Amino acid sequence: MASQEQRNVSSHTEEEQLDDTPQPTPAPESGTGQGATSGVDDLLDEIDGVLESNAEEFVRGFVQKGGQ
Amino acid sequence: MGAETEYGIHTPGTNTFNATWLSTQVVHAYSLETGHRAAAGGETRWDYTDEDPLADARGWVVPRENAHPSQLTDVEPELTAAQIALEGGETLDRSAPLMMNMVLGNGARLYVDHAHPEYSSPEVTNPLDAVRWDAAGDLVALAAVRRIAATPGLPAINLYKNNTDNKSVSYGSHENYLMPRELPFKNIVTGLTPFFATRQLICGAGRVGRGQDGSGTGFQVSQRADFFEAEVGLETTIRRPIINTRDEPHATSEKYRRLHVIIGDANLSQVSNYLKFGTTALVLDMIEHGTAPEVALADPVATLQAVSHDWELGQTHLLSDGRRLRALDIQWCYLEAATAHAAANGSSHPTSGDGHTAAVLARWEQVLTLLGSDPMALAGQVEWIAKLKLLQQYRARDSMGWRDPRLALIDLQWSDIRPEKGLYYQLLQRGAMERLLPDDAIAGAVEQPPEDTRAFFRGKCIQHYGPNVVGASWDSVIFELPSQRRLQRIPTKEPLRGTKELTGVLFESSPDAATFLGRLLAGPH
Repeated sequence: MASQEQRNVSSHTEEEQLDDTPQPTPAPESGTGQGATSGVDDLLDEIDGVLESNAEEFVRGFVQKGGQ
Repeated sequence: MGAETEYGIHTPGTNTFNATWLSTQVVHAYSLETGHRAAAGGETRWDYTDEDPLADARGWVVPRENAHPSQLTDVEPELTAAQIALEGGETLDRSAPLMMNMVLGNGARLYVDHAHPEYSSPEVTNPLDAVRWDAAGDLVALAAVRRIAATPGLPAINLYKNNTDNKSVSYGSHENYLMPRELPFKNIVTGLTPFFATRQLICGAGRVGRGQDGSGTGFQVSQRADFFEAEVGLETTIRRPIINTRDEPHATSEKYRRLHVIIGDANLSQVSNYLKFGTTALVLDMIEHGTAPEVALADPVATLQAVSHDWELGQTHLLSDGRRLRALDIQWCYLEAATAHAAANGSSHPTSGDGHTAAVLARWEQVLTLLGSDPMALAGQVEWIAKLKLLQQYRARDSMGWRDPRLALIDLQWSDIRPEKGLYYQLLQRGAMERLLPDDAIAGAVEQPPEDTRAFFRGKCIQHYGPNVVGASWDSVIFELPSQRRLQRIPTKEPLRGTKELTGVLFESSPDAATFLGRLLAGPH
């Protein structure tokens, strides 16, 4: 697990550097008070809980045959 | 109008299975799930008699030998050994049935289209019903997924309501609209192309990645835009055109054409799906009556893709007359023309109007206004903005670049049809996505057909007399009665007949198929 975390972090850094398009600033949430921010964090924490594990492998494995 | 949804299909942890075989398992699982069984306990077969996929709306027919194999949708598909060998992959139990086609009791069709399960909704008369019976298809797919998950020996199958694997393959979600035959097809092309290049602003599903293989960095508005390469054409799997010319009316061909729209994204957001059908129907009505705005793009395919890539909504696009307009401005041109058109013909009148036109116009205006001032305020309505907001929240919390694999996962998992996994459903459950329909209305549409089209007749035939129905299609139902040697094919060429009003009593009062057919063929229906 620990090594997985490590890999994610390092590939991150590399991708940040490779991105050639300017990074847009995430739009500020309306009402960025303490409450609103922690609401977002709660939401993301809950979604973290349902996300498939090992994102990279899961996305790589999603391969489709042709369609209309 | 009606919707067709092809689902992405995946067995997590392996891609060794044959995709077509997996799709047959979805159809088979649903046939076990539903009580609407046909003759001999199996599925109702599709009647291909009136299919004509090589007829081109511009006035010719493509010779069969010149057609791409994927265009030959008028023959019963068979999962042959050759096909499996070509496609590769495991099929597990070879003695199990390979079910390719079902007609459902709600009037829909569930079938295997190439390598995907596809749900084609029953015919409806308004955009809210289009949303309802399309969403019912997601519940049909979910029921199949649940059944498969509970079946020992089968791999777990996930279905995704999206349009690309981000590895160069795209699969569609199509719309169909009934139009008068006498309307020149070139008017449809002229009037519709600028609208189709820009309507993704209200109904794009959002995508992480650019280019057909998704290797380009960043977010874009539409799932499908990068897969379009032509302005007008007959194909749907290669050289995809903005305007598709397939001329298969599924109705009295002298009177009607069916406009087959292949450019849309699959929508989970009810508001985006509603606007997709509602605004397109309004634009088609304007084209029919010569009131569509005169806007012509200099390069429609390039503009379609530029609009999709410009999620910050700042770019302008070149028109044939040399002007440059933003995509949002082009949408406003259409909205203003539609508002005037509906006011003139009375369809948007608050009391004497049809009720749907005014609602679509009001929603369209609200969305365009916010797109111009505060797009993120539309995160509860417009699908690409909802997805973008979630992605941006992750980017902000974890300092992610656009190439972070977790963002690609969020994009994919957004469209997982299981509520406990699908991120759209996660937001819906939290009240972050607007419902236009209560959940029970959608659940009801899984069982029941719309009442105001011929889909009512088809669905009720399956519900009441399924064991005697051996085949059906959009424009026919075929009965086999034990007392008769010949099959009886009931044509249903008029989409607005076969309604509850016209046939409801007949179904209620006929205890069996023989009585029903006798009364149907004798009576003035």
